[in-house]
This record gives sequence, structure tokens and C-alpha cells, in this order.
Amino acid sequence: MSKVLIIVAGLLLPTLGWGAGDGHTFPDDKIEIDWDDKAAMQRGARTFTNYCLSCHSAAYSRFNRVGEDLGIPDDLVRENLIFTTDVNGHKTKVGELMKTTMTPVYAEQAFGIVPPDLSLVARSRGVDWLYNYLRGFYIDDTREGLGVNNGVFQNVAMPHVLAELQGLQQPKYKSVTDSHGNESEVIVGFEIIKPGSMTKSEYDQTIHDLVAFLDYLAEPYKQTRINVGTGVLIFLFVFLILAYLLKKEYWKDVH
Amino acid sequence: MSENKNSNGLLGWIDARFPLTKMFEEHLSKYYAPKNFNFWYFFGSLALLVLVLQIVTGIFLTMHYKPDGGMAFASVEYIMRDVDWGWLIRYLHSTGSSAFFIVVYLHMFRGVMYGSYQKPRELIWLFGMFIFLALMAEAFMGYLLPWGQMSYWGAQVIISLFGAIPVVGDELTLWIRGDFVISDATLNRFFALHVVAVPIVLLMLVVMHILALHEVGSNNPDGVEIKKNKDENGIPLDGIPFHPYYSVKDLVGVVVFLILFSVVVFFAPEMGGYFLEHANFVPADQFKTPEHIAPVWYFTPFYAILRAIPDKLLGVIAMFGSIVVLFLLPWIDRGKVKSIRYRSSAFKWLLAMLVISFIGLGYLGALPLTDNRTLFARVYSIGYFGFFVGLWWISKNEVTKPVPERVR
Repeated sequence: MSKVLIIVAGLLLPTLGWGAGDGHTFPDDKIEIDWDDKAAMQRGARTFTNYCLSCHSAAYSRFNRVGEDLGIPDDLVRENLIFTTDVNGHKTKVGELMKTTMTPVYAEQAFGIVPPDLSLVARSRGVDWLYNYLRGFYIDDTREGLGVNNGVFQNVAMPHVLAELQGLQQPKYKSVTDSHGNESEVIVGFEIIKPGSMTKSEYDQTIHDLVAFLDYLAEPYKQTRINVGTGVLIFLFVFLILAYLLKKEYWKDVH
Repeated sequence: MSENKNSNGLLGWIDARFPLTKMFEEHLSKYYAPKNFNFWYFFGSLALLVLVLQIVTGIFLTMHYKPDGGMAFASVEYIMRDVDWGWLIRYLHSTGSSAFFIVVYLHMFRGVMYGSYQKPRELIWLFGMFIFLALMAEAFMGYLLPWGQMSYWGAQVIISLFGAIPVVGDELTLWIRGDFVISDATLNRFFALHVVAVPIVLLMLVVMHILALHEVGSNNPDGVEIKKNKDENGIPLDGIPFHPYYSVKDLVGVVVFLILFSVVVFFAPEMGGYFLEHANFVPADQFKTPEHIAPVWYFTPFYAILRAIPDKLLGVIAMFGSIVVLFLLPWIDRGKVKSIRYRSSAFKWLLAMLVISFIGLGYLGALPLTDNRTLFARVYSIGYFGFFVGLWWISKNEVTKPVPERVR
């Protein structure tokens, strides 16, 4: 049997070798998110409501749920996180869904596309992608009206909303030759041309916090899920011992 | 009416009106199963467990889900965020569908390994295959309901396959969708089929599967008919009552299964994008095709066969053929010996080839196409069908080991 298994594994091996080999993107860093670091998520929530929520919605989430999960009391949520208004022009209520004030028609006129809802973006794109994307804007004068492009998402319709924080950066290129012998220019680094209000490390930290918040936002119950799961597994292991002993007892007389 | 020892009390009252004790004895306490069931015999009862789990979680999901093109995606997120324990119900259901296929594939593999489809169990196998077919329909239609990008485009691709059928193809796809594209109409009918029609068929088939099994009795890893050797009371010498022996044994299997299942539900519900695909966290958009459309993992072996063949119609025929050929297994295998333990080494090699091909196809079916992968998919497709051709060939005059009189 084991001989067969080894051969099975051997015959499947060539199939497994073909990994990604996708196009080059820059930056290409990994992000570590600490799920207990509520302070980071709170800072991220602030950045989110200040900079993102004006155009993007997070319409599957509620303000007070965010407040509850991240330990922010309702009055602080009202003061610091809610900048949107409802149809009557009143400030959005704390129990409301996190919708944007911008109408889809207006958005389409402004950007040519309705900015996607961000409730689940951390699950569809992944946190590493977001972390790189938000740090990947660079000066590109060929892009009319925007003046920027993105090293992770080429020709994205989004302007560099956080430019006042990060500043504007210019890409450094290097020419590489791929396996087919084609030469191409790829971005290997950035250089700040016009500084923003933050240093590079401060900006990276801000984006880290923002992505941590987005990660929370995509699955607010993640911590609960893991806590409940731990309890369930402990119960099941105890149950397993009892079930096994019961089986052994019954099967004593089967020969 | 059956003669009953205790005709008193509540049970006696019921038994005089309904064969409760009789049924309990027939199917549990006096159903004699071979005493030598091994690891592979857990998957039947586990499949039943998952079926119940899917029905129960499904009922709770329908209480909050909205089968409406404009509301479906949001209602799933509402379940995940605002409904008490909604996330748990949804993850149990989504993980349950993958678990169902894992369990059923292993259950079917057991059947092939020990010849459980052979005479006199052909009907059990056929009912089982119809269950598999219903399960595939159930899973396919259920996957549309979250109304994400992969739900939408996956369904688009699969339904368009019917368009390859000559003459009626286009009319047929239109009839299935109820619209020219996948739309609210499609979602609504898939919901109806997913929550009412197919589950009823599934439950009926499961009952028939079990009734047929209990009529002829279970096979076992030795492939020996235990009913051939009975004691003076007509009880098989190698049989033990299903209850309590196998009910307590299966309980252990159930707990082990639940541990593995819980690890996924609570710690990796997306299973790296295989159980819940990343693109399905984006709402369905009929104007934006995702870069890479892949069916959920349990369909990928069949999908890989489809893609391996350059002609669309032939590809569709091959894909459906790969399922149809499973139905014919009891007649393809002309052997008299059931269990792999006493069959020829040719059989073992063929089975190994089937396993390699099936896993290989499953792996390739999830990936975007390249020349290299198409080549391998063709090799594995030949390997898959090769099993059935080879089995038909070798089983006529197979050199087997002597089968023991009694189970070991």
C-alpha cells in the first residue's frame, strides 16, 4: 500500500510545481495584523471614515457595531467617525449602515466608475494587496486629471486620496528579462519628490492601521469565531475520549 | 401486525398502531452488519450526518436570506453580521457542502475498493449514484445563491455548456435561465430548486439507498457474504447488531469528523479560497467577468475533463460521460471477487491510476489553462476513463486470490 502511495505522490508532483509566476507588482510587502490591537483598528477606522467613506461605502457594516467591536462609545463614534449625512441632510445615525453620501450617478460622473463598496475588500483582495496598493501610488503625468498611477493596480481610476499624508513619489525602474527573452521595465522602488505631512514610516503605520481596520470590517466576528472554535474543540476532544471508551466497552465481546 | 412482548405502556400503544419497535429492530437493533468494518465504513453514516446538518442550517439560512438579485448578496452579509450566530450557521452550511463531497467521494471510493456495487448490490450503487447526481445539482444551484461574482460567472459557464447540445442547445439554456443572461429569474428558480425540490429528491433517494442496503445487507472489507454462514437462530455468525455496536463506533467517527470540520468552520472557513472563493466576496456584476473563473473544488475534476477536450460538444459529452460511466460500474466490472484484498494486482494498479487521475484533474480544474496543464489534463482524462476500460478488460478472466469463507 505504501509503495502505491509513493508512486501516487510522485505522479502528482509535476502538476503541483506550477506556481504563480504572475506579473510583477510593486510594492510587494507582507503585512502582519494583530487581532488584539484594537488601538490600531481604531486609528484605522478614523482614517477610513475621514478619507475613504466620502466616496466608498461600507454598506454591510453599521457605525455602532464598529464602535462596539473596537471599544469606542457611541458618542465618540458620532463625533469622530460619522461625517456623512442622510437624505434629509441630517447627520447619519449611529445605528445606520456605513453608506457614503456620494450618489452613484455623481460618482460615475466624477470617476467614470462607482467606487466599490469596501466592507469585504480585505476578503476579496487580501490584506497584503491592500497594504501594497495604498502605498503604491506614484506620479504619472500621462494620466489626465489624476496625475498618478499605481504599481499594484495599473491605471486604476482612484486618485491618490492620501497624497497629503504620503506626499508624491516617483518610481525607480529597472529593466528585466523574462523567461521568454522579452525585456521590460519594472518598478523596483519609489522616491518621494514632494513630501507629505508624514514620514515614510508614519505613513506605512497609518496604512497598516487602515488595513487592519479593513480586515476587521470584512469579518467583524472573526475573533468570536476563533474563541468559540477553541471552546468547541476542547469540548469535542473530551467527548472523543468518552465516545472512544464507550465504544471499547461495547466492543469487548466482539471477537 | 408483529407479535410484541411488551404490548403495555406508551410503546405498546404506539406499536399497535405504528411499527415503531419493528422498524427500530429491522434497521438498527436487529440489523446485522459484518463485524469487520474498517475506517472506510465511517463515511456512510457521516454522509447522513452532513445531510442533516445541511438541512438544519439551510432552514435557518432561509429565514434570513432574500432570493432577489438586488438583495441576495447583502442578505448574506446581513446573516454574517447582524443575525445572532448567523456567521456560524452560514459557515456550517458552506463548509458542510464541501464536507459533503469529501465524505461522499470517500464513500464512493470505498465502494469501488471493496466491490460494494457488485451483485447483489447494483441497486444500492445506482441509488447512490443518483444521490451523487442530485447532490451535484444541489451544490451547483446553492452556489448561485450568495450572488457573488464567482456564483454568477460559475453558473454562467456551466449553464452555457448546455448550449453545446445541437439544435435545442440555445433554447435549453434560455429555458434553464429563464432569461437571456443569469438574472433575478434564474436566482429565484434556483432558490426554489435548492431549498425544496432537490432536497426532497435527495431525502427520498437516501431512504431508498438505505432500504436497499438493509434488504441485501452490508458488504465488508473482505467482500464475503455474511448471510452465507448463519447460526441456529438465523443470525449471521460474522454479524453484529448495528445498534449498539456500530452506533457507538460511528459515534467515535462522528466526533473525529466534527473535530476536523470545526477546525475548518472556526479557523479556516475560506479554506484558502477553495471552500469560499475570494472572488465571491464581490457582488455579482453581469458587466464584469472575473479574470479567472473556476468552479468550486468538488466540480473541478469534471471541469478539467471538459477543458481537456478541444471541441466544446465533445468536451461536454466527455464530462457527462465521466459521470455516466460511474453508473455503469456494476456491469463494467465482470469480476466475481469483490474486495481489493483478493483481487489481482492489475486491479490495484488501475485503481491507483483512477485516484491519481481524479486528484490530478481536480487540481488542474481549479487553475487557469496553460499548454502544459492541458497536456496533463488530457493524460489524466485518459487515466480516468482508462480505469473503466481497463477494469472491463481485466475483470473477465481475472486471476484472484482465494476468498475466505468467513470474514477475518
